[in-house]
Amino acid sequence: MTGAYPSEVVRTVGGLLSPFIAMFGLYIIAHGHYGPGGGFAGGVILAVGVILPRLTLESRIAFGSVPRELGPLAAGAGMLAFALTGLVAVLAGGAFLDYAAVEVGEIAASRLRYLGILVVEIAVGLAVFGAMVLVYDELAGSPVDG
Amino acid sequence: MSALPVLLPVIPLIAGVLAVLVGLYRPAAAQAVATLGMAGALGVALTALAQVIDGAPLRHEVGGWPPPIGIEYVLDPLSGFLATIIAGIGLLAVLYPAKAGLGFVPKAGLPAYGLMCLLLTGLLGVVVSGDLFHLFVFLEIYAISTYALVALGGDRAIFASFRYLLLGTAGSGLYLLGVGFIYFTTGSLNMADVAGLLPAVADSPTIAAAAALITVGLGVKMALFPLHVWLPDAHTNAPPAIAALLAAVQVKAGAYAIIRINYGVFGPGLVADELPIAELLTWFGAAGILVGSVMAILQTDFKRLLAYSTVAQLGYIGVGIGLANPIALIGALLHILNHAVMKSGLFFIAGGIYSQTKIKEIPRMSGLGRKMPLLMSGFAIAAVSMVGLPPTAGFISKFYLVLGAIEGGRWPIAVIIVGSSLLTAVYFVRLIERIFTGKVTDPKLEDAHEPGPRILGPVMLLAVGLLVIFLANVWIVDAILAPVADALLAGR
Amino acid sequence: MVELFVDRYVYLFVLVLLSIGLYGMFAMRNLAKKLVGMTIFTTAIYLFFIEGSVKDGATAPIISPAVGVDAAGYVDPLPHLLILTAIVVGVGIVGVGLALLVRIYQAHGTLEENEVVARLSGSPRAGRRGHPLDEPAQATSAGEADGEAGA
Repeated sequence: MTGAYPSEVVRTVGGLLSPFIAMFGLYIIAHGHYGPGGGFAGGVILAVGVILPRLTLESRIAFGSVPRELGPLAAGAGMLAFALTGLVAVLAGGAFLDYAAVEVGEIAASRLRYLGILVVEIAVGLAVFGAMVLVYDELAGSPVDG
Repeated sequence: MSALPVLLPVIPLIAGVLAVLVGLYRPAAAQAVATLGMAGALGVALTALAQVIDGAPLRHEVGGWPPPIGIEYVLDPLSGFLATIIAGIGLLAVLYPAKAGLGFVPKAGLPAYGLMCLLLTGLLGVVVSGDLFHLFVFLEIYAISTYALVALGGDRAIFASFRYLLLGTAGSGLYLLGVGFIYFTTGSLNMADVAGLLPAVADSPTIAAAAALITVGLGVKMALFPLHVWLPDAHTNAPPAIAALLAAVQVKAGAYAIIRINYGVFGPGLVADELPIAELLTWFGAAGILVGSVMAILQTDFKRLLAYSTVAQLGYIGVGIGLANPIALIGALLHILNHAVMKSGLFFIAGGIYSQTKIKEIPRMSGLGRKMPLLMSGFAIAAVSMVGLPPTAGFISKFYLVLGAIEGGRWPIAVIIVGSSLLTAVYFVRLIERIFTGKVTDPKLEDAHEPGPRILGPVMLLAVGLLVIFLANVWIVDAILAPVADALLAGR
Repeated sequence: MVELFVDRYVYLFVLVLLSIGLYGMFAMRNLAKKLVGMTIFTTAIYLFFIEGSVKDGATAPIISPAVGVDAAGYVDPLPHLLILTAIVVGVGIVGVGLALLVRIYQAHGTLEENEVVARLSGSPRAGRRGHPLDEPAQATSAGEADGEAGA
């Protein structure tokens, strides 16, 4: 199931499309506050961009660019970033995830909330990406190069 | 606005994530990280409880958005009481040695302690949440962690976990449907807000359906008869430390949610007088007591006996909730505390026995009292408390439950409670007799000895705790539980 | 009566899907089919929430210059958020369920419920990976591999 797919067409298309899918995922994460999307959906699409090589290309290429350890690390880093962003607000005296509580120079409160939401969306995207890649790696077993 | 309600779930969450990350490289350190996290959570829980005992509830508005627009965390004495129980038992479960508690020492890539922290995050979040949907999110967080943790117990456990997953998700789905009904009728998800908006729409069948769906959905989580079918397999096959967490605190979170939503949001008028929900809780609870006790008598596997006993004890809690008067509710809440302490101690003892002798079946345990006197004395205290005799904690909670049943004029229920104590006595006294006066028959017991202090410590602590609770029960009821019951069931 | 069905036909679909899901979860014998039934059940709940947020003549809840800031012109966005969260929760549950199914298949070679139950209550198969907590219920002689967890 994993490892190089026998058909040349599948291998080529998979290799060509994966970077664009990943890029699209990043686009969706970044546009979460204007339109449909955000961290969850973008993280899943980003993960697809990484899982497609694992399904179609040979494991040296697929696991070379995104090794196995990246799954749990990304998930953990994303969750920690989310929790710490929220906690920073609590330490500054405000509520959890109240981004405007942290006084940074002359940035307006609405701008601070905007940046805070962006940070949290990226963190969530990273966490979902890591989780999806981790689930795939655990379920798919060891690769068979063919 | 206090930061304590939000710190309560966030500290174990961070500890859990750190435990997973650390466990990728240095598995032995994951347990230490988890222990630190749970110690922190216990500290926060105790501080919060001390603050709310005679003060106003602690509130926290997430994101700074005021309710009902924003999500609110509310920590009142009931939440503080349960949070202390959860954090305390959680700390003991995380301290329990991995070889005995999980059956193996987790290697790199198996985040058992991270999952346990996540389980405790979910539980603490449930008791602190002031928003109906937020409660669902934490409900699912702890449920998913449980499915994974139960599966650590071997092949049988994996199958049991899968069946539990199916039933648990059905329950959560029904709860979510009920929340949807409430939202579409009242327009709000905040518990206090809905409680205010509800009298205007209380007559509609939608609200009745919502109450029914929510109670059934949470009944699955609480393992109320007849929705308890997932519990025996899951608790029997899960590793001992996990089973301790499940039986002691996880099902209690479901009971808490039923109390909070039925009495705090819907109000006793709707749930007890107009709809038969409280009535059904009482009768199904009573059925659970009888079925659980009878099934427990028939078991030969020690953990399976404890699992069916849990079904019976949850029946007591269901009866206490359903009787809808303050004394019975106090009995139910006390029983939550007592059962948490007793059952976790019993599962820790089961883990200790298995780690020394590899024995799971009761017939092979005869004569164990001679080999492990301290551990078995802890067992004796816990068993006496399960039966409900003084001077242990179990007596007080059953006393309140019987008193509440009589107060409500429900004599059959009182008879069932007392009668089932006799049934409980049957299986526990038989066990005590076999352990202390039986002869050592199994060869594996020949060189068994007392388990080490890391197993013995929590067990002794819990056993002593049962005696302390008995002595301190008046203070617990007056300071914490009576105000809660009066607030929820005003004037009944 | 007919208007009820014409206006609220989506809720009828919700009911049908809920029933199909519950039937799949409890009546099907294959474990993978049970998981699929569970997915259908949760999807029905998402459909219920989305349908409840719909208003006549309203558009998607993204501020557009044509509609302005009048709240009645947009559908209720809160159920959409609830469902986003619920979908992610559902993904987590399906992930755990699939992982469990993979393990069951590796241990027993089948996903039929009666076969799995029969194998679990029968005597241990030779070659099954030993787990320290997997001792058979009857008191057989010692000799199980006290190996590491099959995890």
